[in-house]
Amino acid sequence: MRRMLTGLILLGTATVLLSAPPGTDRAAGPEPVPLNPPCGVQAFDKPNDAGQAITIQWQASPDEASGLVEGYEVFRAESPEAPESLWVRVGYVPYGFTSYEDQDVPRNGVDYYYLVRSKNQTQSAASGFSNPARSSEQWFNTMRINALVGSILFVIIVVYFISMAKRGQHLFVRRIAGLTAVEEAVGRATEMGRPILYVPGLSSITDVATIAALNILGQVAKKTAEYDTPLLVPNRDPVVFTVAQEIVKEAYSEIGRPDAYNHDSVFYLTDSQMGYASGVDGIMSREKPATNFFMGMFWAESLILAETGAATGAIQIAGTDAVHQLPFFITACDYTLIGEELYAASAYLSREPMLLGTLKGQDWSKAVIYLLLLLGVGLSFLSPGIREFILNLLTVG
Amino acid sequence: MKRQIPLMLVLVLGILFFVQFFVPSQLSMEIYQMALQWSIVIGAFAIVLAIGSLVNHHTLKIKRRKEHFWNSYVTLFALFAMAFLGIFGRIESLSFMSAWFRKLFLYVQAPMDSAMFAILAFYMASAAYRAFRARSKEAMLLLISGFIIMLGVVPFGAYLWGRIPDIAEWIMMVPNMAAKRGILFGVGLGMTATSLKIILGIERNWLGGGGK
Repeated sequence: MRRMLTGLILLGTATVLLSAPPGTDRAAGPEPVPLNPPCGVQAFDKPNDAGQAITIQWQASPDEASGLVEGYEVFRAESPEAPESLWVRVGYVPYGFTSYEDQDVPRNGVDYYYLVRSKNQTQSAASGFSNPARSSEQWFNTMRINALVGSILFVIIVVYFISMAKRGQHLFVRRIAGLTAVEEAVGRATEMGRPILYVPGLSSITDVATIAALNILGQVAKKTAEYDTPLLVPNRDPVVFTVAQEIVKEAYSEIGRPDAYNHDSVFYLTDSQMGYASGVDGIMSREKPATNFFMGMFWAESLILAETGAATGAIQIAGTDAVHQLPFFITACDYTLIGEELYAASAYLSREPMLLGTLKGQDWSKAVIYLLLLLGVGLSFLSPGIREFILNLLTVG
Repeated sequence: MKRQIPLMLVLVLGILFFVQFFVPSQLSMEIYQMALQWSIVIGAFAIVLAIGSLVNHHTLKIKRRKEHFWNSYVTLFALFAMAFLGIFGRIESLSFMSAWFRKLFLYVQAPMDSAMFAILAFYMASAAYRAFRARSKEAMLLLISGFIIMLGVVPFGAYLWGRIPDIAEWIMMVPNMAAKRGILFGVGLGMTATSLKIILGIERNWLGGGGK
């Protein structure tokens, strides 16, 4: 009986304690601990930018480790004494981050102060003010010095080889099978009385691969003009179309066959990627070109084009710098220009000494890069500090 | 003169935008943005020429009664119908045209695009068959590495032997990555050299015919 009474009293006490409204003074309920603010707030101009940006850094609130902080609010004012209403909230970062970039600084050259507030659902705590910081625009991006030095070095090497070529020095260029086959491919089309199809990639004129493809088109057009072979150049980009038309027209004029130029041989198909692929596939199936050239930038349509071409029995020469499309072209085409060979094609086909000079310069620059690469790998084994230094040296900001 | 003006423009603008890459100031950014906008305007003019070419190409086909010339009727009809519905559908009282435009896009063009993309799967199978025929040592190597990678990315590979996914990852991250980076080095330098050749006026094929 006594035990039963004691049990009932204990049960009743527990029920009362558990049902007590929040905020009432429970016998064992602890006071909520105030949140600690972040500290050491520092603000400084964002380096190497166009101005109107300030970077703010701070040390995390000690409460972050115990999971009490959900994030940090960043406030900006023109004076540390500004009333609360003049402090503008400029951003919020979740916990784990201790910096913020204020990209909307109203004016360059004016001092601004920042404070950071640690925050959770019920509480917040403001840090002290930062040092005054003013944004400014820079006229040179110091993070790109390495790119500048590299570019200057490359230009020097190329100019040296161009001057060698100008002096008439023989420059050896290794045989590129895909380019040697161009003559044979045009000859084959002439013998068979069938056209040549030239696809200048699917990218825009701003892509260097497209420019390289158009350079090769000039050389191919000269050969088709010479042999009087029909040429078909379907285009996807309107600007590339107009440039291609001009290139082919000029190539025919240069060979002395402006009359052989067919204005309709360079035409626009469509802007749609798969629409273009099906259009070119249709041309290959109907016209049965003896030779197909796929030069420039390609995406998923590369295999659709190359496989259809292979099915029609055409000789196919492809060239692209799109690494992911190379395996498709290598599989489905007779010859493939891999990466840099696409850029070398114009020099290789024209055999102009000046262009060959740049090709040689390119090769030597690659040799310099590989040498530096080996040196860097060797040195990075010495200590992690050196490794870090080399990585910083190679990072372009 | 016909060649000198474009060459001069390319030289001046080439050097200007080379310098712009190293100058982060507001003025430099504004010049860059302006150039981007110009390229959009030029593109808009080129579209007119491109549509002219498309119409001309198909009209000639119809006139000359070339093989499958009736396809050209479909192309021209689709071109004008979509343009008509797209342009006049903007008028509030003709909003049903806009609805038709959307329907044609969603239920005709998009499925055709998807169908074309789906064909890729079949082409991949036939290309893989050709690539994996072990005719040489290199093809044999490709066949073996391809087989390991395919096994490594499906659960069945790990079921057969727990190390297969690791070997597949090693193939992708070491020899494959090394080859890719080697190609990319060459591509980077090739791009720079091509740009330099054009800026300095050494490469003139883009002007048409190589030009003297």
